[in-house]
Amino acid sequence: MQTTTKQLNRRSFIKVSALAGGGIVIGLYTDPGLFAQERGAGAAVPATPINPNTYIKVHPDNTFTIMAKNPETGQGIRNSLPMIVADEFDIDWKQVKIEQADRDDKYGRDMGAPNVSQREGGSTATPQNYQPMRNVGATARAMMLAAAAKRWNVPAAELATGSGIVTHTPTKRTATYASLAETALTMPVPDLASVKLKDPKDFKIMGKDIRGVDNFKIVTGQPSFSIDVNPPGMLFAAYEKCPVFGGKVVSANIEDIKKLPGVKHVFIVEASPVRPAPAPGAPPVPNVNWASGVAIVADNWWLANNARKSLKIVWDEGPVASQSTAGYLSQAKQLAATQASQTPPGGGNRSAMDGDVEAAFKTAAKIVEADYSFPLLSHAPLEPMNSTAHYKDGKLEIWSPSQTPEKFNAAIPAGIQNGDVTFHLVRAGGGFGRRLYNEYDIEVSKIARLVTEERAKGGLPSVPVKLLWTREDDMHHDDYRPSGNHYFKAALDASGKLVAFRDYVASHGATSVIPANEFPRGHVANFWVSEGQITPYGIPTGALRAPGTNGVSFVMQSFMDEIARASGKDNLEFQLDLLKNPTSPVPAFTEVSFGAPFNAKRAISVIETVRDMSDWKNRRDKLPKGTGLGFAFQFAHSGYVAYVAEVAVTAEKKLKVNKVWSAIDIGRQIVNPLHATNLVQGGFIEAMSHMMAWEITIDHGRVVQANFNQYQPTRMKNAPASIEVKFIQTNYNPTGLGEPSLPPAVPAIANAIYAATGIRIRSLPLGSQGYTWV
Amino acid sequence: MPYKLTVNGQSKTVDVPPDMPLLWVLRDVLNMKGTKFGCGIGQCGACTVHIGGQARRACQTQISAVNAPVMTIEGLSPDGSHPLQKAWLELDVPQCGYCQAGQLMSASALLARTPKPTDADIDQAMTGNVCRCGTYLRIREAIHLAANGGRKA
Repeated sequence: MQTTTKQLNRRSFIKVSALAGGGIVIGLYTDPGLFAQERGAGAAVPATPINPNTYIKVHPDNTFTIMAKNPETGQGIRNSLPMIVADEFDIDWKQVKIEQADRDDKYGRDMGAPNVSQREGGSTATPQNYQPMRNVGATARAMMLAAAAKRWNVPAAELATGSGIVTHTPTKRTATYASLAETALTMPVPDLASVKLKDPKDFKIMGKDIRGVDNFKIVTGQPSFSIDVNPPGMLFAAYEKCPVFGGKVVSANIEDIKKLPGVKHVFIVEASPVRPAPAPGAPPVPNVNWASGVAIVADNWWLANNARKSLKIVWDEGPVASQSTAGYLSQAKQLAATQASQTPPGGGNRSAMDGDVEAAFKTAAKIVEADYSFPLLSHAPLEPMNSTAHYKDGKLEIWSPSQTPEKFNAAIPAGIQNGDVTFHLVRAGGGFGRRLYNEYDIEVSKIARLVTEERAKGGLPSVPVKLLWTREDDMHHDDYRPSGNHYFKAALDASGKLVAFRDYVASHGATSVIPANEFPRGHVANFWVSEGQITPYGIPTGALRAPGTNGVSFVMQSFMDEIARASGKDNLEFQLDLLKNPTSPVPAFTEVSFGAPFNAKRAISVIETVRDMSDWKNRRDKLPKGTGLGFAFQFAHSGYVAYVAEVAVTAEKKLKVNKVWSAIDIGRQIVNPLHATNLVQGGFIEAMSHMMAWEITIDHGRVVQANFNQYQPTRMKNAPASIEVKFIQTNYNPTGLGEPSLPPAVPAIANAIYAATGIRIRSLPLGSQGYTWV
Repeated sequence: MPYKLTVNGQSKTVDVPPDMPLLWVLRDVLNMKGTKFGCGIGQCGACTVHIGGQARRACQTQISAVNAPVMTIEGLSPDGSHPLQKAWLELDVPQCGYCQAGQLMSASALLARTPKPTDADIDQAMTGNVCRCGTYLRIREAIHLAANGGRKA
């Protein structure tokens, strides 16, 4: 096969090759060794790239296939990354077909890789891929221009493109990209430095409203999701785990279960050893604990799951069985009482100190103190956890809805090598961070091997197995958003200026959230955040949409409202004033990207915009009794979001969010505004679930809540009449949007409740404090 | 035991236990994957189908209790041309999309009996259908759009 390859920079290559049946394939290769080196492994870097990943296929009919490399869970990335490529390639969106890529290290290596990779999490896909995808599209376009210039023997400067056609402007001659493909294949790949990117004002696809590529399949009920994967001969598995975290099967009535209708296989599955902490450069390990349990495999899933009712399992519940939410809370209070005013140990990002808060408290004109808390949360995406695997001849094929698709999650439990795994990425019915944790991939891979081996003993061929959890399985075995207990103290001087801010956090585990670098740090002379750990703690915790700020924004932005009111000022104006008066030097911001520190100017801009959109002062002063306006803002996952919410509260604590305004800055380019607006509105509506009803409690080491009747999501009748969304396009690199819209929605509602009633909400959810939606 | 039922106008016979929910007969026996499993207790509406023209939760309907023709999302129109499907596409309603089949089945039952629903009618009819992604504003707008013959009000 004819190919040409070009090194773009130290570790990126473009490769062009012929496509079987005509046309060409244009690929970008980014060396995974880069990630290993950046992670300190010092791994050897291969001298030449072998198989670049495919991004564009040019077909003979002048249509184009663009690969969507990242997992799609509803965030819209299956649209937005191909849109970037297509725009720079200068083709029409209607000429594009999207193909989902399988998991491949060529797209970036393992979880946590700091660069281009195949994961959905942390609002990283847009900031990490915007420039590389533009490069692919623009390089491909440059090759088409070069091919046309050669064919017509004219300068490339006389050529223009559009709709997948090159036009020689002086003579009006035209050639389709497809007709130029063979010539393009013989041309050297241009230097990236010479490739001209579009001026953003010339974008024809980015910034336009492009509808979801899977929408038609979705509205007509065609198989689209992981749960719909249906390879021939498939059996169905249910998996019973100990209700207590870390509990193990001692014995089970396996033989009784095997006799039940439709049941084909029953296994006790051992737990894995406790996962080791990966040493720098060590091979990756699954990011979840692999729980012991009983797998039941049957002709259909209902029969498999029904058979669970007949299970008699003796569990060793283990040490977590003694733990409870009440116990954690009393421990948090004890910690705060003994540690809150002690000098925090060490530095690092888990504690922070500027100035001397204790001295400032002693001389303050006014002290504001408040204790805040938020609970454990389950993610509860609507599609229950599932995965489908086929173990055959020492190899495994898996179809997974994972946000972090990783071959090792299948290879380790199946006892094979990563290279023996074929990993398909399938659309997921929601992620929200739940599918960063891949227990179902691990479990199904183990079960698939056991099924194949047992069938082989009976002379039967291997079959695929779909593992499906119930809603209750997921609510009982999630990786929960960690709870937080925040003990705040702030000081105002005689003029009402904030002079000291302290937050002591009693939390638990590595995913607990310590707001060491959150605003108002840098805008108050004396600042102190410290933490204490509630231990032991056996509940698996993990990232939920906007990890960190999803709880911290509630406590910090609610407490800021308390401080502002104590100083006799309007919260929105009080925070603007703080933002405009930094107490420590701030970095100069020019061209910044994902991971850049807080930029007060961008915060000021979204706050002033939402103030004007909502007619803040007028509206605030004219609302009827029982209706209030709340404001909050948050810097989250590189995005700046400010909300104003209008909320009505009755004397019976019935709550209605009437209207919402939001202003958002995620940089210079909104790739797909139609979906972006949807994501923001959805973030606010998710926050309403956090606000009113969501709480996971632990009793005897088990989760109390089991299903949506005890964990009510926001419903249609609760939704506000409108959520206005305004994107402020600023001269910064584009960043992601999955996360930022959620966090400040919670305190915006809480602050509106205070404005309406004078009642301060200091813990969540409201449902446990007598509130309901109207 | 064998049960006869009509699904999307086609006669089907399935040999399953009497207490098997219609949801699992559709998904795993008839291999019609459009109807979705979300909670299994009638709380989320992802499994909504029409039985005798009424919106019903397939996860709460045993096969032995199915006594009228069943319509699923696959049968809402032959080609995606139902006014609601067109409105859903026009307004780009889905995020993850998992709940949308159930939303469309509840909405189509609503429009069949209330061709011009108010916001309150929509709230009433759609509140049993959870959208975890929070696309309610677009669902509401899409129902109005379909009721209005595809013209924005």
